[in-house]
Amino acid sequence: MGRVRTVFEKSVDGRRGSSVPSSGFPKRDLDEMIPKKFIRSTPLNLPKLSEPEVVRHYTNLSRMNYSIDVGFYPLGSCTMKYNPKMNEIISRFEGFTFIHPYQPEESVQGALRIMYELQEKLKKITGMDHFTLQPSAGAHGEFTGMLIIKKYHEDRGDFKRKKVLIPDSAHGTNPASSAMCGFEVVELKSGKDGRVDLAELKSKLNDEVAALMLTNPNTLGLYEKEIEKIADLVHDAGALLYYDGANLNAILGRIKPGDMGFDVVHLNLHKTFSTPHGMGGPGAGPVGVKEKLRDFLPVPIVDFKNGRFYLNYDLPKSIGRVRSFHGNFIVMVKALAYVDFMGEEGLKKVAELSVLNANYMRKKISEFLKIPYNDFCMHEFVASGEELKKYGVKTIDLAKRLMDYGFHPPTIYFPLIVHEAIMIEPTETETKETLDNFIEALKKIVEEAKSDPNLLKNAPTKTPVGRLDEVRAVRKPKLRWRGDDK
Amino acid sequence: MGDEQSYRSYIPHTDEEIKTMLDEIGVSSIDELFELATGKKGTAILKLDRGMNEWEILKKFEKLADENMDFHFGAIFMGGGIYNHFIPSALLEIANRGEFLTAYTPYQPEISQGTLQALFEYQTMICELTGMEVSNSSMYDGASALAEAVLMGYRLNQKKKVIISKTVHPEYRDVVKTYSQGLGIRIREINYDEGSGMVNFNELFESMDDETSSVVLQYPNFFGVLEDIERIGKKVKEKGNVILIVVSNPIALSILEPPGSFGADIVVGEGQPLGNTPNFGGPGFGFFATREKFLRKMPGRLIGETVDTSGNTGYVMTFQTREQHIRREKATSNICSNHAHNAVMAAIYLSLLGSDGLRKVAENSVINAHYLLERIENAGYNRKFDSPFFNEFAVECHNLDKLNRELLKNRILGPLDLGKFYPELRGVGLFCATELTRSDDIEALIEVMKGMK
Ligand SMILES: Cc1ncc(COP(=O)(O)O)c(C=O)c1O
Repeated sequence: MGRVRTVFEKSVDGRRGSSVPSSGFPKRDLDEMIPKKFIRSTPLNLPKLSEPEVVRHYTNLSRMNYSIDVGFYPLGSCTMKYNPKMNEIISRFEGFTFIHPYQPEESVQGALRIMYELQEKLKKITGMDHFTLQPSAGAHGEFTGMLIIKKYHEDRGDFKRKKVLIPDSAHGTNPASSAMCGFEVVELKSGKDGRVDLAELKSKLNDEVAALMLTNPNTLGLYEKEIEKIADLVHDAGALLYYDGANLNAILGRIKPGDMGFDVVHLNLHKTFSTPHGMGGPGAGPVGVKEKLRDFLPVPIVDFKNGRFYLNYDLPKSIGRVRSFHGNFIVMVKALAYVDFMGEEGLKKVAELSVLNANYMRKKISEFLKIPYNDFCMHEFVASGEELKKYGVKTIDLAKRLMDYGFHPPTIYFPLIVHEAIMIEPTETETKETLDNFIEALKKIVEEAKSDPNLLKNAPTKTPVGRLDEVRAVRKPKLRWRGDDK
Repeated sequence: MGDEQSYRSYIPHTDEEIKTMLDEIGVSSIDELFELATGKKGTAILKLDRGMNEWEILKKFEKLADENMDFHFGAIFMGGGIYNHFIPSALLEIANRGEFLTAYTPYQPEISQGTLQALFEYQTMICELTGMEVSNSSMYDGASALAEAVLMGYRLNQKKKVIISKTVHPEYRDVVKTYSQGLGIRIREINYDEGSGMVNFNELFESMDDETSSVVLQYPNFFGVLEDIERIGKKVKEKGNVILIVVSNPIALSILEPPGSFGADIVVGEGQPLGNTPNFGGPGFGFFATREKFLRKMPGRLIGETVDTSGNTGYVMTFQTREQHIRREKATSNICSNHAHNAVMAAIYLSLLGSDGLRKVAENSVINAHYLLERIENAGYNRKFDSPFFNEFAVECHNLDKLNRELLKNRILGPLDLGKFYPELRGVGLFCATELTRSDDIEALIEVMKGMK
């Protein structure tokens, strides 16, 4: 497939791809209504194309994308499960898409009911007492949750707690979100088994620590078996325990973060609850808290009184808003439909089959690739490409070669504590046959690494473009199209 | 009631397959596997209902949708940050392709060129509209984009006072306050002039001092009024080392001189008007544009052009050393997932409309809004502020609650009550028109308004 010219290069003056409605009022010159000094004199270069040209342009672009609808996407930590088509149909109902956030509450009772029901169901799933649906993604949820923790301590008159403990295996958003709340990040070194090292934790816990941020299972896919002990230690030190819900898929319906002792959790509706990632978003990052933190939630929350749903702004200690309006409502619609469809039994099956798939892959892949923490895993596991280095091959080469076999590569170089990390998360929606095909391809590639490493180093060769020069992209920044360089 | 196991549509395993896989792992059951992996026996009870089948789901949500009063093809005079513009059919058809909808962040560029090129084109369009040099590939919404702009201002000059006009969207200001808490950034809000509905210039200029990190304005502002950002921009530049942040409406920018021409350093806003349905307020997306010299301090994902090993043009995510997955607590933002799909919808929208089409949307919105105002004034109502406006304006409505209830009975979505955000403006309605405002809707509105006089 050759390069698709940019939409700007295809532009021809005089073409248009849409008919603009007009109400037929007498035409008036703009400068009768708007003073001249405000009227745009700077040229505006937007592309001019007919509708079929636009359709072909974007359709051809879309064909250069890999997606779940196309194939296996075992991107660790991202839970790339199938996105039900039913959800897409529902989310396009006009009663959801053509409603305004400031409509009177009595005219959007259906929408508020959806939000309320979702809150209630997420409480049951996570074992938390209250929820906000406002945050727009996982990182946004982290920021919200950590700010709640900050406010909680300050409200108790405890201003010393400026530190947050975060394992070295954590996702980058954890330290970044903490820093945005003004916390100092203290890294916890993981133990030999890849889990929290209790001695290390004890040595870092003191009355300056506001919280410990964890994900369980952790980013190695390993369950923190001592989570109750960890929770006790944290609470005894006066700190709170934060749950990064990116890995909830592993325990969905079987274990509740609230029961483990977590005080704050965020969920990623775009991971665990099947809503599509849309090339990077929109997602949604609801935050659940225990009772003692309710008053700090962002306003408004959805409540129910006298037979009617309403937006409750009456939380005097609230951290405030984290975004405009009510959050990513359409994403909530999809997530609720998913929960209702799966039911309690189905949600449990999600965890069970995602863990089965992961362990099956781990077992088979461990026969030809190193798995540094090769223990029974949860929904994902991390292999390492370290042993391929002696053939002059890096993990990135292996990843690129997987594309030639028609697969999306796993997450690579994360978590940071595994050298040449290859993080594999199959999810529950994949068949054994798909897993077997992927394992077979991976095995072949490992053999190729030994016999003909150039096959990996020159990969991919079957993709629309070959390996791209990222250094050049920084050295000669070109972040927008300009006519003059064609 | 329902299908016992609807979920099997998405979970493909047969009993035999499960058995084979368990054998391979060397355990006898899934429960045993969980016990070995977690050190715990048993499973929680959620008290959730049994799963529904697909038909039941469709029926349930159809009913829930019916419990909302949607205004598609209906009469709506409400704006305040979310606008009802026409969305071409082709846009929805293309944007909903699984190749766009079910792809992840383009971490592997060789198999994500569709996403990357579409977002590169999006960035170009945002630069064109705002008059800025670089745009990121989207934020969550206009409010969080503004909050991030304020934090970026702090990174640029290490100063901790932010001056923000009360004519900036009240919810955006709330979000700025939330985001500022952690870093000890102080917010100084500037009143509006009661006659013009513009920011009070003198108060704004007087509050600028050596501590000032940034000045935040909205153009057109929350009251629909066109702020004189040229004048303010000059003053801010005279002060030196103060970051001028402008919140704007991307449709308006097709006919208004862009903030970039008036010295804005960062331009942000809500992108929903560009081809995204109102969605009860989300998702839309935030746009974020700035000057090239500030590139390394900006938040969010950036797409850049480069070449592959054979010299073919291609696109990658670039300047990633700013981002959380590399820089962790020192990142320019914690943002990871953004609103890429909504941004691509905007790119498709702008491709379909082109410059002329977009200008027409804006012009028709202005014409309709001015006609609407005329009709309202003729009905005996007074406009609240007397400045030039884009597609929104404020009107004193006496008993606005009652008016809006009456309108709702007639399936008309009336103006936003400014009293919701400004206690002193109780009873003042913020009316909005777009290219979709019809004359019979206006007449129906006027009918009710006249009856209320
Ligand atoms: C472990 C973990 N935490 C947090 C996040 C951030 O979530 P989001 O991208 O929704 O902001 C991710 C996303 O990849 C993750 O894998």
